[in-house]
Parts: sequence; C-alpha cells; structure tokens
Amino acid sequence: MAKVLIVCEQRDGKIKKATYELLGASAAAGNETHALLMGEGVTAAAKDLGQYGAKTVHVADHATLKFYTGEAYALAVAQAVKTLSPEIVLASHTPSGKDLMPRVAAKVGVGLASDCTALTFSGAKLVVRRPVYSGKATAEVEFIGAGPAMATVRGNTFSVPKPDASKSADVATIAVDFGSLKTKVIEVVKGNSERPDVAEAAIVISGGRALKSAENFKVIEEIADTLGAAVGASRAAVDAGYRPHRDQVGQTGKVVSPALYIACGISGAIQHLAGMRTSKTIVAINTDAEAPIFQIADYGVVGDLFAVCPVLKDEFKKAKES
Amino acid sequence: MNIYVCVKQVPDTETKIKLAGDSSGIDTTGIKWIMSSYDELAVEEALRLKEKNAGSLVTVISAGPARVVDTIRTALAMGADNGIHIELPESADNNFAAKSLAGALKKEAKVDIVFFGKEALDDGTAQTAQLTGEYLGLPSATVILGIEYSATTLKCKREIEGGSYEMVEMPFPCIIAAQKGLNDPRYASLPNIMKAKKKEIKMLKAADVGASDADQKLRYKNFQLPPPKQAGKKISGDAPAQAKELVRLLHEEAKVI
Ligand SMILES: Cc1cc2nc3c(=O)[nH]c(=O)nc-3n(C[C@H](O)[C@H](O)[C@H](O)COP(=O)(O)OP(=O)(O)OC[C@H]3O[C@@H](n4cnc5c(N)ncnc54)[C@H](O)[C@@H]3O)c2cc1C
Repeated sequence: MAKVLIVCEQRDGKIKKATYELLGASAAAGNETHALLMGEGVTAAAKDLGQYGAKTVHVADHATLKFYTGEAYALAVAQAVKTLSPEIVLASHTPSGKDLMPRVAAKVGVGLASDCTALTFSGAKLVVRRPVYSGKATAEVEFIGAGPAMATVRGNTFSVPKPDASKSADVATIAVDFGSLKTKVIEVVKGNSERPDVAEAAIVISGGRALKSAENFKVIEEIADTLGAAVGASRAAVDAGYRPHRDQVGQTGKVVSPALYIACGISGAIQHLAGMRTSKTIVAINTDAEAPIFQIADYGVVGDLFAVCPVLKDEFKKAKES
Repeated sequence: MNIYVCVKQVPDTETKIKLAGDSSGIDTTGIKWIMSSYDELAVEEALRLKEKNAGSLVTVISAGPARVVDTIRTALAMGADNGIHIELPESADNNFAAKSLAGALKKEAKVDIVFFGKEALDDGTAQTAQLTGEYLGLPSATVILGIEYSATTLKCKREIEGGSYEMVEMPFPCIIAAQKGLNDPRYASLPNIMKAKKKEIKMLKAADVGASDADQKLRYKNFQLPPPKQAGKKISGDAPAQAKELVRLLHEEAKVI
C-alpha cells in the first residue's frame, strides 16, 4: 500500500473522465488515495470524488486558478506534495497534465515518467512502462533518487470505476502562495465541436485519404454521432484539408488509446500506427486486402467504405436501441 | 534580440526499431537521424523573429551524443547563426538534458526568448521546455499555434482539447514550445548548406554547464517490442452482411459496444 496523490483535472467545474480512471486504479490497489482538486468554485465537487475512490480531497479553490496556467497550477501541486509527502503522484497525460507535471517535477526535484500505459503498485513503489519511439517499443522507467515517484498516465489505461454513492471523501484545503505570476490567460476560445476530443474519446472513428473530400467525411461523422465517438483522420486526410490538424492521429498528431478504433480508408503507415496501436479493439475498413492496417486490426472488412459505412451506421443504431 | 532554439535529434519516423541484445535500449546501427519535426517549427519561428528584428542572432543548442552536431548543422543551414553542442550520454533523461540546456543558457550574456518543439518524436514526453523554464526561472507556454509579439510581451495561441484554444500572455524573456500550425518550416538552400559548414559550433561538456550524472532522475530499461498481434478476423460477404457481422462481433465478442 502506498500513499498516492492523484492530481485531478476539471474544466468548467466538470471532472475529467481520466481523473476517475486514476482514482479508481489507485483505490482498487488498496492505496491511501488522496486527490488534489484545483480551480475556482470547485469545493462543491470535492466530496463526490470519494465515490470514485478518493479518501481525502485536498482543495485549492482560488480565483487565480479559474483558468489553467502551468505556472499557477504547478505551485499548487508542489505545495500539496510538500504538505502531504505522498510516495506516488499521478496525473493524466492530457493537454493540461502534460504541460503541468514537468513543472511540478522540477519544483519537487524528481523525475517524471510521462504517458505511462502500464502501472503496477508494488507496496510503496510504482512500476511503470511507457511507449517509446511512438509506440514502436515500450520501456520500463525506473525512478532514481529520493522523493515521490511521479507519472502521467495515458487516458483509457484504466476503466472508469462504478461510482459508489454510499462513499464520500473528507475535504481539506490547501493554501497556496502564488507570489507574482508572469503568465496569464486572457481568453479561452471554445471549439465548436460537439463531439469528444480524439485523445479522450472511448471510441474513435478515423478516415483517410480515401474519403476524397471534407464533405464525404459525413459518412464517418454519422457513425461517430451514433456512437458518441470522436472523429479522427490520417495525415493524408489532414494535409488534403479534409480535417483540421487537431484530429490527426499518429506520430505527428495525437496518440490515442480508445476501447474501439475504426480506421476507414487508411492504409496503416508506420506513422499512423504509432498513434493508435494501443487501442483495445481495432477495426479496419479498406478496399485493399493487403493494406498494412489489416496486420494490426482485430476485425477487418475488405470493402468500399462508402458502401459499408452507411449500413454500418444503421446497424450501430439498431444495436444501441436494442 | 538574442534568440535561442533547442533542438533534438531523433530516428527518422520510418525507422524500424530493433532492440539492443540486452534490452537496455535500442540498436542504433543503421538508423537515419533527423531533427525532430516540431523542432523544425521552433527553428523557423526563431528565424522569422530574427528577420523582423534587425541585428538579432539565432543560436541553436542541442544536448546529446556527438552525432547531434549534424542536427545543429541542419538548423544552421536553415539560417541560424551559431550553435552550441552539450555532450551528454545516450541515456540522458529529460531532466539531465534540461539542466544542461538551462546551464548553457545561463552562461549567455542575454537571453530574450527560447524556442522548443512541443515534444520530441522519440520519447514523446513533452517535458524539456517546461523543465528548462523552471530551471531558468522563466515563464513558458507550450503547444503554441501562433504568436503576436509586442515590445515587452507576447500573446500566444495555445492549443487545448476539443478544438479549443486559449490566449496566454507573458513577458520576455520566456520559453515557447511550438505545435504544428505555427508556421511552415523552410528548407535549407544549397548555398546556405555550404555556409553552415563554416558557422561556429561551441562544444561543451555537462560539467561546463553545471550539470552532472546526478541530474539523471529516470532510467529506461527492459525495452520490449509490442507483442505481435494475432491475425484478426476478416469479415466477408456484401456490405450489409459485413456491417451486420461486424456489429455483432463488436457487441458479443469484443464487448466494446
Ligand atoms: C515525418 C512524418 C510524420 C507523419 N506523421 C503521420 C501521422 O501523424 N499520422 C498519419 O496518419 N500519417 C503520418 N504520416 C504520413 C504517413 O506516412 C502516410 O502517408 C499517411 O498515414 C497515409 O494516409 P492514408 O492512410 O489516409 O492514405 P493512403 O496511404 O493513401 O491510404 C489510403 C487507403 O485507402 C484505401 N481506400 C481507397 N479507396 C477506398 C474506399 N473507397 N474504401 C475503403 N478503402 C479505400 C486504400 O486501399 C489505401 O489503403 C507521416 C509521415 C512522415 C514522413
């Protein structure tokens, strides 16, 4: 058993799914699980984190933390680490977690294992493995020297625990001295997408060059909306202007690890595989039976995506309704 | 302005990764080394800033084994003015690298801005820019898609999730980590490749910049290749039959929907 601090993430007061995954994994291993919740007006959300496994939630509720900035948030996390002396500190490898945790590691004076895809709690120790060379290999990461083991964890590495409504966490506060800060967020501009982000979604359906136009992506979008999935794209589709770069999956795009990844009209170039090979179940739809994507697909459909996708949407809809 | 760019050399993205015999790392024989692609954006941004500010100098820094000098030359051929190589062992982690980069930057007379790529294509950790910022006491902004410069501050467009972005303001001196979309990196022209050969690269050791093995906080070991995937199921029939069968398998066998 270890004393674990989970750095929670919320946006607009809503706790991220990835946070629940970490709380659940730590609690399931029998750890003394502490959570750190930062933001403005977030105290009310603290208690319920107990339903996902937090024993105590430490809250830094402050106007300075209204918007995420690495500078201010890192001061809060470093303060919590100093106050609580955990043996293990975990955060999610999300856009904020990625930006934040290196700053914390430098302040605390320890190393940070980023984007881990396998974690084992072994007594007070943490054993982690992470992809390297864009998932072409993995390596175990050993923490050298004193101080807590610190890691960020790829989304969907653990599943979200079932909340236990009978549980609620103790709530404590963490006071942070922010001093004078140099960075400030002057504006947050919301994307217009109603769909989940590719990097966070439990299901991703991606299209490649074979889609031939931005409009044709409609066949992909309709399936995505039936399943509540995110839409991804190959680099060829992004370079051709069919999708924005933020949807690109791969070595120079996003690395995703959903429960289900559906690749439509994507050949499976090494740089694309780098971004999705840790997906739990992979489906490929491609006219070319020899396309490399079939080598890593659990289910392969050799066929024309324009014929398969519309009927597939109907079948998914039926399955959802039954 | 005194503009700095930190670059990393990584295996070409086409590289087939093979492990060293004892699984302590990868077998580097035959690897073609390139500049990490986000670092190309960082170099480009530095050059554009220089072009807007007469009398500026762009210095490229890379920490790593002797081979990384080639990547410094690539940046010099793109138009950077001079280079600094800090020799580090192959196994150096992000912290050792950042301590070294910060140490080298501290020795410079004046630093106005330091550009990085948002992450490197080999380890993909996205740490070095922020770590270096912490060690220099400078503000840093990562995953930057656009920058508006004014005399004393800059406004950065920072990508966050779901297609959203935020505008972050910070003063000079500061650190920027570039994301794809910031610019289109230029290619080195032949005359510039020739000129780059004569540009100066300062050679330093970790000890020269106040870094040492003690700054190594992580050790990578027990490398593994991904387990070979079992051949998947091919679903036959016409499109309606295939769709039906796929949904059945996803529901009953894979249990993902
Ligand atoms: C440095 C570098 C970084 C890169 N980073 C990335 C990255 O991050 N992500 C990425 O994806 N790529 C990346 N690439 C590009 C990569 O090498 C490939 O070029 C790209 O992934 C190909 O995209 P694609 O599969 O959509 O297109 P193609 O390779 O052209 O494949 C199209 C596929 O569609 C199939 N097809 C055609 N018509 C139909 C139809 N009607 N129905 C079904 N199937 C059909 C074809 O059989 C073919 O297999 C990178 C390359 C480099 C050099």
